[in-house]
Amino acid sequence: MNEADDLQRLGLKDAANYYRAPPALARRLHRSLRTGAAAVEPRRTLIAPRWWGFALSFACGVLLTWGVSFTQRPAGEPQIAREVVASHVRALMEAHLTDVASTDQHTVKPWFAGKLDFSPPVVTNTAAGFTLVGGRLDYVAQRPVAALVYRVRGHLINVFVWPAATEQEPMQSVTQQGYELVHFARVHMNYWLVSDLNRSELSGFAEALANAVAQGS
Amino acid sequence: MADRIKRFETVALPHLDAAYNLARWLTRDPHDAEDVVQEAYLRALRFFDGLREGDARPWLLTIVRHVCYDWIRKNRPQEVVGDIEEEELRERADTESSYGQNPETQLLRAADRAMVNRAIEALPVAFREVLILREMEELSYDQIAAVAGVPIGTVMSRLSRARAMIRKAVEGHEKRAQERTQP
Repeated sequence: MNEADDLQRLGLKDAANYYRAPPALARRLHRSLRTGAAAVEPRRTLIAPRWWGFALSFACGVLLTWGVSFTQRPAGEPQIAREVVASHVRALMEAHLTDVASTDQHTVKPWFAGKLDFSPPVVTNTAAGFTLVGGRLDYVAQRPVAALVYRVRGHLINVFVWPAATEQEPMQSVTQQGYELVHFARVHMNYWLVSDLNRSELSGFAEALANAVAQGS
Repeated sequence: MADRIKRFETVALPHLDAAYNLARWLTRDPHDAEDVVQEAYLRALRFFDGLREGDARPWLLTIVRHVCYDWIRKNRPQEVVGDIEEEELRERADTESSYGQNPETQLLRAADRAMVNRAIEALPVAFREVLILREMEELSYDQIAAVAGVPIGTVMSRLSRARAMIRKAVEGHEKRAQERTQP
């Protein structure tokens, strides 16, 4: 069967370009296989001058926010709950659910590298039927946070993650504006879950998520 | 751990050219191809224990293809429209009618290389990948079916259609070139 195909061959290996790997790529792989570095290395091209101003003002903004967050008291829970719901609704309304759309934790997790000052645990082995949809950057409790999006039977769950002052915090459920919220802390990370799922299903998912991140999987 | 990485490199690095060539043709960008290959090798290392004895090349190319598709979905979502079925219907009609039974030699050795490259780049990605895997990597139909995750029949029809499109592009180009020289 494969031999008959030879008659149809175009001989593209000779007639078109065969791209051999640049020598630097092998060196880069040798390094990254040992460090497990994220795939996206900075481009060797310079940033166009017109972007420098933008980058600079962005950096100033980040610094300012960071400074301010030291002087402000941590936002209270009712405040965070309101912000989390607002963020969830906004993401749905603006159809801007994910900046990185992937069901693969090894695509989503590296995407956050360089965008946040922490690395959010991204797990896919949570509960049956719940799948990772992607992630995006968001802003909650006066700081940039990771928002991970999961889906179950057409329901979306936003999981907001950012570093916690304490190692662990017990699971608590809240209802806010008709949305169910669950929050807890594990391994020095805060987790806020919000969804239109019912409370028991969301709690079940939260349990599975908490176990998965605690096991470091 | 270091031993495992060394074993992985012994198995996977010999196929670096194949991995890069596929990524380069699917992303059509040298830098993005490098990023894709790096990501694919990191993933492959993770799944390395699942690889039994056998040819590592199709296994590695499957992962490279997967990362390429993730990349295309993210960066050029318009390229992976889900209308493959419709495409395939048209494809069957085309191959049965005009091309496919061309008795002349099919080799394009004499054709303008840049022109052939452009013709390949212009193919829809589902056709481009089977063409690269067959003509450049010389995988068997079975292996291509496994790499692309489609039935063998689909591999054959896509391959035939892809070749027909390349031939048509080259013939059209040569005809235009002749017309220019004979006004």
